Amino acid sequence: MREIKAREITGAVAGLCIEACSVLGPDWWQAMAAALAREEAPLGRDILQQLQENARLAAGSGEPICQDTGVVVVFVEVGQEVHVTGGNLYEAINAGVRQGYLEGYLRKSVVGDPLLRKNTGDNTPAIIHTEIVDGDRLKITVAPKGAGSENMSGVKMLKPADGVAGIKKYVLQVVEEAGGNPCPPIVAGVGIGGNLEKAPYLAKKALLRPLGQRHPLSHVAALEEELLAVINATGIGPQGLGGRVTALDVHIEIYPTHIASLPVAVNLQCHAARHATAIL
Amino acid sequence: MLSITTPLDEATARSLKAGDQVLISGTILTGRDAAHQRMVETLRAGGELPVDLRDQIIYYVGPCPARPGKVVGSAGPTTSGRMDAYAPLLIREKGLRGMIGKGGRSPEVIRAMQEAGAVYFLATGGAGALLARHIKKATVVAYADLGPEAIYRLEVEEFPVIVGIDCQGNDLYASGRAKYRREVSP
Repeated sequence: MREIKAREITGAVAGLCIEACSVLGPDWWQAMAAALAREEAPLGRDILQQLQENARLAAGSGEPICQDTGVVVVFVEVGQEVHVTGGNLYEAINAGVRQGYLEGYLRKSVVGDPLLRKNTGDNTPAIIHTEIVDGDRLKITVAPKGAGSENMSGVKMLKPADGVAGIKKYVLQVVEEAGGNPCPPIVAGVGIGGNLEKAPYLAKKALLRPLGQRHPLSHVAALEEELLAVINATGIGPQGLGGRVTALDVHIEIYPTHIASLPVAVNLQCHAARHATAIL
Repeated sequence: MLSITTPLDEATARSLKAGDQVLISGTILTGRDAAHQRMVETLRAGGELPVDLRDQIIYYVGPCPARPGKVVGSAGPTTSGRMDAYAPLLIREKGLRGMIGKGGRSPEVIRAMQEAGAVYFLATGGAGALLARHIKKATVVAYADLGPEAIYRLEVEEFPVIVGIDCQGNDLYASGRAKYRREVSP
């Protein structure tokens, strides 16, 4: 059994919160360069250039890319040979969020009770997903998610008879209704299968995949390509003001489901596909 | 590229057209969900607002905290649609002349804008670090208890926006999207 101290987890999470909010990965820069190369709308091109300039400024100064530094979604892969000492795993993660959001001058956007709506003041609690895996390591991915894009997401229980055509129709419907609200060019995470709560989890997880990387299964990869083409034909464009580039990418994750079910979830991500990972 | 200074009078507002790129200098106010809810509840209860909105522009934003030596943190627009329930009252009864945000507006807001001569500006969503550089001063003027949702007075210099919906009701979202839509059967 390998021991990992709770305070190491706290330190790592704090650093990941700050990094994820201010630095975008090389895949994002490539995707944006490709988007600029195919965008025909003059205003759309202006906006893409502004977003690149904004990302440069943020990465250079450590400022957040966007003022909505989100609710922190944390994906933790816990090796089954790991023993967390000196505290509780979830408390250690929340302490990291508290520290990162204070030290990084990030916006605290969490209200403690959805009805009473009083800000918790430290951006906790995070939304934590844990998965038990083989090995003796802890892999932590921090993905701050803003409400502009999250609010435009959706889930629907389709019928098996709706098939792939039904899936495409629903994904397109979510993107069309979202329009300019989620700050396009978006990344669309799509979860297919599982049940009511599994599909949105898959959709969110799909957003973590590097832009431009296709699903390993060819029929799923083909559906990603088709959906990307259909979304980019909507004309929504950068910021919803018209253009050829509505989405930077579409990522699909799938899971076995019931003979009677075809759940589909769409989690929209704004242009800032923020996430950062550490392995302890 | 046009330049305007605040306060924004009705004649200037009515001269702006959807798609115009505009640099705003002067003073603007901030306000988002909770501040709007409180303002409208105050008015409905017969009270007075803590700020005078006549010929003013409200920026829908909840900035990040300022780092040492800075006046404000990242400060991009939030989704305007959430303020649609409150905006018509502020436009019609309090003379609000402009709004800065992102995303579409409801027919009720557009109708109020047409009648009163108010403009809806768009700032680039997600460009918070870039936009913060055009904010020279930030002071909380009301509802300090709301934290990032408090009402701030911002002094801005050449703050870059696009006219999204003008006083005639022309909507850049509708026209832009129609121009680039392609027929693809899903």
